[in-house]
Amino acid sequence: MTVMSLAFYLFAISTLVGGLFTVVSRNPVHSVLWLILAFLSSAGLFVLLGAEFIAMLLIIVYVGAVAVLFLFVVMMLDIDFSALKAEMAKYMPLALLIGVILLMQFGLAFGSWEASEMAEANRLAIAPEGGNTSGLGLLIYDRYFILFQLAGLVLLVAMIGAIVLTLRHRTDVKRQNVLHQMWRDPAKAMELKDVKPGQGL
Amino acid sequence: MSADLNTILPEILLAIYAMLALLGAVYTGKDKMAPALTWLTAGVMALLALWIAFTGQGTTPAFGGMFVDDAFSRFAKVTLLISGAVVLVMGQEYMERRGILRFEYPVLVALSAVGMMVMVSAGDLMALYMGLELQSLALYVVASLRRDSVRSTEAGLKYFVLGALSSGMLLYGASLVYGFSGTTLFSGIIAATGDGQAPLGLLFGVVFMLAGLAFKVSAVPFHMWTPDVYEGAPTPITAFFATAPKVAAMGMFARVMYDAFGGIIGDWQQIVALLSVLSMFLGAIAAIGQTNIKRLMAYSSIAHMGYALIGLAAGTQLGVGAMLTYLAIYVTMNVGTFAFILSMQRDGEPVTDIASLNLYAKSEPAKALAMLVLLFSLAGVPPMLGFFAKLGVWQAGVDAGLIWLVVLSAVASAIGAYYYLRIVFFMYFGTEGTQMDSDRSPVLWVLLMGSAAVMILGVINLFGIDGVAQAAAASLVN
Repeated sequence: MTVMSLAFYLFAISTLVGGLFTVVSRNPVHSVLWLILAFLSSAGLFVLLGAEFIAMLLIIVYVGAVAVLFLFVVMMLDIDFSALKAEMAKYMPLALLIGVILLMQFGLAFGSWEASEMAEANRLAIAPEGGNTSGLGLLIYDRYFILFQLAGLVLLVAMIGAIVLTLRHRTDVKRQNVLHQMWRDPAKAMELKDVKPGQGL
Repeated sequence: MSADLNTILPEILLAIYAMLALLGAVYTGKDKMAPALTWLTAGVMALLALWIAFTGQGTTPAFGGMFVDDAFSRFAKVTLLISGAVVLVMGQEYMERRGILRFEYPVLVALSAVGMMVMVSAGDLMALYMGLELQSLALYVVASLRRDSVRSTEAGLKYFVLGALSSGMLLYGASLVYGFSGTTLFSGIIAATGDGQAPLGLLFGVVFMLAGLAFKVSAVPFHMWTPDVYEGAPTPITAFFATAPKVAAMGMFARVMYDAFGGIIGDWQQIVALLSVLSMFLGAIAAIGQTNIKRLMAYSSIAHMGYALIGLAAGTQLGVGAMLTYLAIYVTMNVGTFAFILSMQRDGEPVTDIASLNLYAKSEPAKALAMLVLLFSLAGVPPMLGFFAKLGVWQAGVDAGLIWLVVLSAVASAIGAYYYLRIVFFMYFGTEGTQMDSDRSPVLWVLLMGSAAVMILGVINLFGIDGVAQAAAASLVN
């Protein structure tokens, strides 16, 4: 067994274990931590495939940003996870049955997997020269430039949607007006009263 | 590159218009601009439709085959743009009166139209997915536009979660197809599959993709979301869901099946035929017990998608042409029907209860007559246009040797006629009840009468769309 295949089995097993415990662990915070393990191990798998850039992206974006966001959400939401789990346990036998059937079907499909003879040539046809990052750049910004623009439109729709569905203009809130604060001076804000001794106002 | 950009110019123009409209409205009157913006968006979409219809020529692939402009995509684009524009205009007054006409609504509709246009002319699995997501994401948002209403937000959320699930299945299928063929280009996939039997792995991919696509056209057994979303969303938005997205989804369905898997028709034909039979029967039977007209229209749309799928299952050019004709007629019928539903109100509040139509013919004979024509047409009663739509797909089915499918669909059509005729019965012979307000919106009146007139006048020569649809089909099936 070479180092490569040892590393592959190591990462593959820890990805699976991470995924499994993400679903079954009792504490939601532990779930997120297991999820991070799954992300890290799949990043390792990408490195083994020679896709270093995607591996780094996975770590930076998913582990660094998304998983931390998950942690925040899990901690801030007041959800009774044990009740959800109890709900889930009710459907467990059926879910297991469907899962096993699906697994058998995929075994059937992948057991007799055959790719077209043209697949390898097709795959190589669009692979650009150069390394990982420059190759991806060429693909995204040149060959698939229109898809990249469409992805931008999808994000625009997501942004509009988030604003449409959540923004509420409240009228009873006092807001800071910086100019108003800066224009304020003692002459306008204060009035001096000359109070005579013994008289009061 | 500039030739490529020229091919995709209508999409670019609509996207730029949407962004400009968004900026313009944000910096000026915001929601006060919404009515004007709705009309303007409808105008832009209609203009683009005319432009595409009259200047489009031949078949032009762009961006290395990722995007295809051909007669098929032009037919679908013109249909979806015009129906989108009409539905925008139709719902404007209703939404304004109920305070849900936000300026983002026309912008989102325009952006979803961009997505639909990409869907029907995609030549690559990735382009298809980007178009699909652009369209669906905008639809999820407009479904929950009435955010204070639990039903509307539930509709949006349900649509979103199930839509994401179906997108996942589509993507998984696409990854298996890519694994088999080594490319995401339709032209590459069809070359890699060759003619004849598909290996098991590819077949899995095709089935997963079919499941995702069937969800988007709401074919049984992937229809569960339709009644809830139709009922929960505000009525103008339901009208939109029932028209343009259906055309786009069916167009995309046909494009994937022929452009990418045209070599293995025998492998997917049975699956599409099964989807079609199930949709027709469930649509016909489940609609019988409905009391809400929006839910009824949801089941009606499920059944109609079943009939349209007969054309696809035929696997011939005639079938695709019949499917396109069916879609165009279906959209026209739906515009009229929803114009009627939008005008249903009592004491200023919208009503969607079928029982409120009791003896409607006494107070509004003209509108009741128009609705009768539309309902007969939806049911497929012979003198109306809806019958010729069905006849077209049946002919294609018989030609392709799918006699059993045609016989079953005739049975389903007879069952389905019951619930359309039940509404007619209520309107003409119902019991005395509280009457609805008489709505005097000229836009709705014109659309209702126009749509009903088309159902009768179209019988002469189907306005020539039959020939255009066959020419469009010829560009897809070859």
